[in-house]
Amino acid sequence: MDKFTKLSGVAAPMPLVNIDTDMIIPKQFLKTIKRSGLGANLFDEMRFNQDGSEIPEFVLNQPAYREAKILVAGDNFGCGSSREHAPWALADFGIRCVISTSFADIFFNNCFKNGILPIVLPQEEVDKLMDDAQRGANAVVSVDLESQTITGPDGGEISFDVDPFKKDCLLNGLDDIGLTMKKAEAIDTFEARYEAQAPWA
Amino acid sequence: MSNPKTLYDKIWDAHLVHEEADGTSLLYIDRHLVHEVTSPQAFEGLRMAGRKVRAPEKTVAVPDHNVPTSLDRAKGIDDEMSRIQVEALEKNAKDFGITYYGVDDVRQGIVHIIGPELGWTLPGMTIVCGDSHTATHGAFGALAHGIGTSEVEHVLATQTLIQKKSKNMKAQINGALSEYVTAKDITLSIIGATGTAGGTGHVIEYMGEAIEALSMEGRMTVCNMAIEGGARAGLIAPDQKTFDYVMGREHAPKGAAYEAAVAYWKTLFTDDGAHFDKEIILHADDIAPVVTWGTSPEDVLPITATVPAASDFEGGKVDAAARSLDYMGLKPGTRLQDVAIDTVFIGSCTNGRIEDLREVAKVMEGRKVKDGIRAMIVPGSGLVRAQAEDEGIAQKLQEAGFDWRMAGCSMCLGMNPDQLKPGERCASTSNRNFEGRQGRGGRTHLLSPAMAAAAAITGRLTDVRDL
Repeated sequence: MDKFTKLSGVAAPMPLVNIDTDMIIPKQFLKTIKRSGLGANLFDEMRFNQDGSEIPEFVLNQPAYREAKILVAGDNFGCGSSREHAPWALADFGIRCVISTSFADIFFNNCFKNGILPIVLPQEEVDKLMDDAQRGANAVVSVDLESQTITGPDGGEISFDVDPFKKDCLLNGLDDIGLTMKKAEAIDTFEARYEAQAPWA
Repeated sequence: MSNPKTLYDKIWDAHLVHEEADGTSLLYIDRHLVHEVTSPQAFEGLRMAGRKVRAPEKTVAVPDHNVPTSLDRAKGIDDEMSRIQVEALEKNAKDFGITYYGVDDVRQGIVHIIGPELGWTLPGMTIVCGDSHTATHGAFGALAHGIGTSEVEHVLATQTLIQKKSKNMKAQINGALSEYVTAKDITLSIIGATGTAGGTGHVIEYMGEAIEALSMEGRMTVCNMAIEGGARAGLIAPDQKTFDYVMGREHAPKGAAYEAAVAYWKTLFTDDGAHFDKEIILHADDIAPVVTWGTSPEDVLPITATVPAASDFEGGKVDAAARSLDYMGLKPGTRLQDVAIDTVFIGSCTNGRIEDLREVAKVMEGRKVKDGIRAMIVPGSGLVRAQAEDEGIAQKLQEAGFDWRMAGCSMCLGMNPDQLKPGERCASTSNRNFEGRQGRGGRTHLLSPAMAAAAAITGRLTDVRDL
């Protein structure tokens, strides 16, 4: 997994609430058997007309936001389908951090597995960053995971919480499976005891 | 009782392999259900790392999202990418020694329908699948999570999942439902009351007289949509109905093993005085047949209501509602019953079970699908389809004008050819009304099977109680 330590880039505003994973990556792009290449279809039906031409009003089509690395989003971002294609598409596009007042659980977890940092902040702080993000190419925001701070375009700092285990995995690009495999003995012990107790399972 | 536990607490504790000081836990997984869309990258990851599937006997694979539902589907899948994905699942199942139900097997169907049907799903289990509607299995008192593909790979390799414990939420429905008010109306009404983020970070236990009175099929419908309320899992305590449903199923324990299992399953309930972090209590009398008007499952109203205005909402929901109304092509103040539809879709992991089809047949008795309406029924599994044919329901529904199709996810998400065209409006028994969900520009109204049948008869959203 790609490490996440520090990130500095343009933040794009997406104030719509309940942005679901069907919006982030529509179903027709789930037929791939790869993880890569989905950035071209990120937010496909919001971003492109049916003939493939761009919808100019869509935020990531605007000149200032085409290279955005951060999204500032409305409440309950990533709700709906469990498709990990959503964070794959975001990362492939170049977005490595999403900031909102809340995230759906499965999407939130999926982000950490793909080097994306989802940050939950109170409404006032998201509102402030949303205002900053509206400033286009001037909306350069910096995120430092080690110190858990966000620095806005005017230099103001906001601190954020992150789960210590998930933080460690992101900072060091750790592979969950490798970590769990080190606990194989504990799994073996559990399994032996459990199979005696619940043989039907 | 000194330390009263919720049902969730009990299942969690029984599967805890290891817990770190910060609460990060390793949870043992009893059943891993796998479908073709969210698994290829996970199997590829195993191959790249030279890893095996730790417990292939606890892992079950079935293609459902991409498969055509046309009667001639045995000839193969036209869409090349869909075909490759299904073939990849079959190959992965074979290479890693996993049970696989292909489209030529009568037991094939939507993963959340066949798990319970074949006895893979049992009370007290932990069940995962790379699919958010895994919550369905909670109807058996099993802790069932939807997971992402990286987690699919993790479970394949280790038979465990890294989790932090969720909070406990209670959704209690007191009283008895009126005629034609169904499990679908309960689950949509709860989401209407709590919002789609209301259950975020929680496991919801559904309880109360109205839940106890539901069949297993109805309970599965309720738990299926826990995710639409933001909860990763929904639960209902197992009871005699659960034990009876499980008995005799292909992979369920038999004889003395069944008796021993039932003795344990009877301990799976929330103790008196156990703590819930959040509660919602509804009365069955206050639940009417409902439909959705917008593009979020929380946009739900009784069928007797009118389309709301964006200004009826607050905060970020004002813009979201305005966008939904525009997408749905609806004017505020319009009676929901005056909204004309083009298509009726009956099926999905929410409402593709035998009881749902019986309910449709009951409403259709002596009636026909209105001319010009495309009405399709996609049974949730080959076994549901066969049972409906044995009961004579299939023939009646075909005579009434329904297209009777093969099993799969179908138009719930339109990964196969079953899709809406732009602007087409659908009365759908599925679970999501998101923009583009059933086809780009398609407009989805979620409702119960009985309400979908009523809409098929009149060609508009209709109060089934008025027929």
